[in-house]
Amino acid sequence: MPRISVNVDGTAFTDEVEPRLLLVHYLRDRLGKTGTNIGCDTSNCGACTVVMDGLSVKSCTVLAVQADGSDVTTIEGLADDGRWHPLQKAFHTEHALQCGYCTPGMIMASVGLLADNPDPSDEEVREGLEGNLCRCTGYQNIVKAVRTAAAEMHEGATR
Amino acid sequence: MIPAPFEYVRVGSVDEAVDALSEHGEEATLLAGGHSLLPLMRLRLAVPEVLVDLGRVDELRGVRDAGDHLAVGAMTTHHQVMSDPLVREHCGVLAEVTGEVGDPQVRHRGTIGGACAHGDAAGDHPACLLALDATMVARDPGGTREITAADFFTGIFETALAPDEVLTEVHLPKLDGSWGFDYQKFQRVKQAWAIVGACALVRREDGRIGEARVGLTNLGSVPVRATGTERLLAGAAAEPDALREAAAQAAEGTQPPTDSNARPDYRRHLARVLTLRALQNSLAS
Ligand SMILES: Cc1cc2nc3c(=O)[nH]c(=O)nc-3n(C[C@H](O)[C@H](O)[C@H](O)COP(=O)(O)OP(=O)(O)OC[C@H]3O[C@@H](n4cnc5c(N)ncnc54)[C@H](O)[C@@H]3O)c2cc1C
Ligand code: FES
Ligand code: FES
Repeated sequence: MPRISVNVDGTAFTDEVEPRLLLVHYLRDRLGKTGTNIGCDTSNCGACTVVMDGLSVKSCTVLAVQADGSDVTTIEGLADDGRWHPLQKAFHTEHALQCGYCTPGMIMASVGLLADNPDPSDEEVREGLEGNLCRCTGYQNIVKAVRTAAAEMHEGATR
Repeated sequence: MIPAPFEYVRVGSVDEAVDALSEHGEEATLLAGGHSLLPLMRLRLAVPEVLVDLGRVDELRGVRDAGDHLAVGAMTTHHQVMSDPLVREHCGVLAEVTGEVGDPQVRHRGTIGGACAHGDAAGDHPACLLALDATMVARDPGGTREITAADFFTGIFETALAPDEVLTEVHLPKLDGSWGFDYQKFQRVKQAWAIVGACALVRREDGRIGEARVGLTNLGSVPVRATGTERLLAGAAAEPDALREAAAQAAEGTQPPTDSNARPDYRRHLARVLTLRALQNSLAS
């Protein structure tokens, strides 16, 4: 079996994996990082989104062997020493979730979006999150939360 | 669902990839970004015995200025193509079309080579590459050959590539500032595939249309050119009536498919409407 080395949420892991193992199953079943959800069988919903080498990806559509040598951040690695990331805070304060199933993927896709565009308009947030489906919120508060977080991150950066 | 078991081969160069394909024959399948292949494997609609991963073949990544054309490596991701300065400067239409593919996560992984080799009539690249008269470069044990876009797409999920061939590059013409372009994609939701798409390229010449090219997505088993429209526009005045008359011919000679989204007559209607919009925007761009 191929052996892979992956850095996940700041910890280096080396494991033997079956080639057909999906990254999302590696994260959930092997590393116990069940914060990353699986919501579909068609690569559409984005619930499984993680950030891999700086870019948002759907971890259900990446083989664990393809992630060999990569740096992966999941929702579980986002908080800094127990302090929530601005996106986590904003999703809470802006009420950007109801059942919460889509939230880990929404937040990780937003991390990717804000890395690319630190100050997106409503329209740009909607476009940036077009790969993530939410069946509860109607998206309005998700857009608000991403913009609130962007503003906070901007303030933090210029202070 | 979980894909069926397969043997995994990681290659570091095109030569190694070609060798692996020759060694394993029909049982081997190339893996690029995996964003067409892995969904099929999860549904067990694709069950490759050997997966040859091109992910580490650096020579296949990136865009090169090759004088009169651009050479885009097959493993260049959609995200890289969209943001590449050379593509934006010389072939902006490909950046625009690529931006319409799927969603950001898909564009971070999917590649131009995979999008071509997959041969999906509903994919956004084929019609654009056809309108551009792009050339595909492929390598097999015997050497390298060039295939025009018109010859490359041969059927539903079928291309001119042989089982032991690796698509290495896509060559794009450089378009100067006299060319305007636009891609119109009609879809049910933003993330979805085109029900119909129209990609227009128009060369302006002193208030007239020097040349117009229109590629249509999902109007047949392969991408097609709206030849009736193109003929009427060659040398025509760049005026609304001329565009309308020409766009009315967009669906001539096509045999659109029927699926859960649309019947042929509706697809023909969309082809005419989208072609008109794409031509209007091309002239305005
Ligand atoms: C949710 C979702 C939405 C999408 N929406 C769109 C859309 O709107 N429009 C659109 O056009 N596409 C869409 N796609 C598909 C996307 O563009 C894919 O990236 C692309 O079709 C395939 O590229 P890939 O690199 O992922 O190829 P892979 O999936 O790795 O490979 C696809 C096929 O091409 C072959 N292949 C790959 N590279 C080579 C090569 N260099 N030489 C020879 N054969 C090769 C493989 O063997 C395989 O058969 C979507 C995909 C998903 C998951
Ligand atoms: S689980 Fe739905 S996109 Fe990955
Ligand atoms: S909060 Fe329920 S799916 Fe988004």
